[in-house]
Amino acid sequence: MASDMGASYGSTLRYKSVERMKPIGKHSLLGASGEISDLQEILRYLDELILYDNMWDDGNSLGPKEVHSYLTRVMYNRRNKFNPLWNSLVLGGVKNGEKYLGTVSMIGVHFEDNHVATGFGNHLARPILRDEWKEDLSYEDGVKLLEKCMRVLLYRDRSAVNKIQIAKITEEGVSISKPYSLRTFWEFTAFRNPTVGAEGSW
Amino acid sequence: MSKLEFDVPAKGGFSFDLCKRNEMLMKKGVQPPSYRKTGTTIVGLIFQDGVILGADTRATEGPIVCDKNCEKIHYMAPNIYCCGAGTAADTEAVTDMVSSQLQLHRHHTGRESRVITALTLLKSHLFNYQGYVQAALVLGGVDVTGPHLHTIYPHGSTDTLPFATMGSGSLAAMAVFESKYHEGLTRDEGIKLVTEAICSGIFNDLGSGSNVDVCVITKGHKEYLRNHLLPNPRSYVSAKGFSFSKKTEVLLTKVTPLKEKVEIIQSGEAMEE
Repeated sequence: MASDMGASYGSTLRYKSVERMKPIGKHSLLGASGEISDLQEILRYLDELILYDNMWDDGNSLGPKEVHSYLTRVMYNRRNKFNPLWNSLVLGGVKNGEKYLGTVSMIGVHFEDNHVATGFGNHLARPILRDEWKEDLSYEDGVKLLEKCMRVLLYRDRSAVNKIQIAKITEEGVSISKPYSLRTFWEFTAFRNPTVGAEGSW
Repeated sequence: MSKLEFDVPAKGGFSFDLCKRNEMLMKKGVQPPSYRKTGTTIVGLIFQDGVILGADTRATEGPIVCDKNCEKIHYMAPNIYCCGAGTAADTEAVTDMVSSQLQLHRHHTGRESRVITALTLLKSHLFNYQGYVQAALVLGGVDVTGPHLHTIYPHGSTDTLPFATMGSGSLAAMAVFESKYHEGLTRDEGIKLVTEAICSGIFNDLGSGSNVDVCVITKGHKEYLRNHLLPNPRSYVSAKGFSFSKKTEVLLTKVTPLKEKVEIIQSGEAMEE
C-alpha cells in the first residue's frame, strides 16, 4: 500500500508528515484518506476492538476480513444517522496465507478487489492498475507499479506532496517504510518555451 | 423626418432573452431537454515528425448512448484537425465555422493555414460567448512553423502542450500519457500510445466507449485512420437470423443488402467545369 504524507486544511498544505497508514492487530493495515480527525477516531475504535480481542486470550486474532467487516458496519451506521465519518478507507492484510484487500467509503460502500484507490486515485491510478496489475507480482514490481501511480498523481493532483511511504503486509507482519520522495521529470523541451508560436496562450 | 429604427444589435454574443422564461419553466417542474453530449476521451500528442490526434466514438444523450460510432475528429484545414468534446452541436458548429473562415483566409492570402490562426479564431469566438458555447477542443496541426498542439476550453483559454487530453475520460487518458510519454516518439510508438490512452478512457470512463479514431498529421501529409481500433465488437450475434412466430410458414427467403455495391468504371471524360 502506498500513500503520500500530506494533510491539507482547505487549500493550505498544513501538515507534511502525516502517517496515513497504520497497522491494525497482527494481520492488517489500514490506510485512509479524507478527514484526519475522523481517521484518529476510527483508530481509537479499532484499538478498542483489538484490545477486547486480545483480552479473550483464545489464541485467535482478528484478521483483515473481520476488521473490514467491522469498519463497514461502523461507516454505514454513521451514514444512516446522517453523521458520517468523512473517510475513504483501504484495509489490507494477510492471515493464514490468505491475502485480502478491501475498501470502505464514507457512505458504507465496500468491496474487495485486487487493486483499490481513494480519491483522485480512482480516476488516475485505477486505469493504470487495471492494465498493468497481474497475479503473482513480485514485491519490487508491485512497488514500481505503485510508484508509477503515485508519480502520475503527484503530477496531476493539486493536493499531492512528494513524500510517500510504502507499507508491506505479509504473513510475518507489517512494515511501513521510511518516507521518501519520487523522482519527477519536468524537462520536456515543449515546457521550456510553450508559447513561442502562439502569443497569449499558456 | 427620419424615423428612429430600433434594430436588434447585429453583432454576435449570446442573447439572454429567453433565460427568464426558462427559469420560470424549470420552477414549474418542466425538465429541460438533455443535450447530445460527446462525454468523451480526446487526446493529442506531438511526436518527432508531427502531431497525432485520437478520439473515442461514443455520443451520449444523458444516460443513453445515442451514437455508437460518431466522428469526433473534425477537419479544419488540410494540415489542421480538431477533436471536440462537450455539447456535440457546439463542437460541430464551431469547427465548421472556423474551417470555412480558414478556407476564405487561404484564398485571400494564398498560403497554407497556420494552427495559431485557427486557435485565435476559436478562442475569440468561445470567449465572446462566455462559456455558453460548451466546446472543449484539442487542436493539432503542422504548418510552416512546425507541429503544434493546443487545448481550448469552453471559456476561451488555451494551453500549448506536448501532450493533451480533454473530456470526461481525460484523467484516465492522462494517467497513461503521464506514465508513458517521452520525447522523440516515432510514428508507430505515437499511434500505439494514443490508442492506449483512448482505450484507457473507453474502458474506465462511462462517458466514452466504442471505437478509437486516430489522425496523424505530418508536414505535407495527413492520415485519417477512422476506426483504427475496434475493441468493442458485437460478439454475440444470433446465428439463427430472423425467426417468425411459430405458426408462420416461411415460403421464400430473399436478402437484399441495404447498401448498393457501386462499381466505379474508369472511363469516359471528367465533367466539364
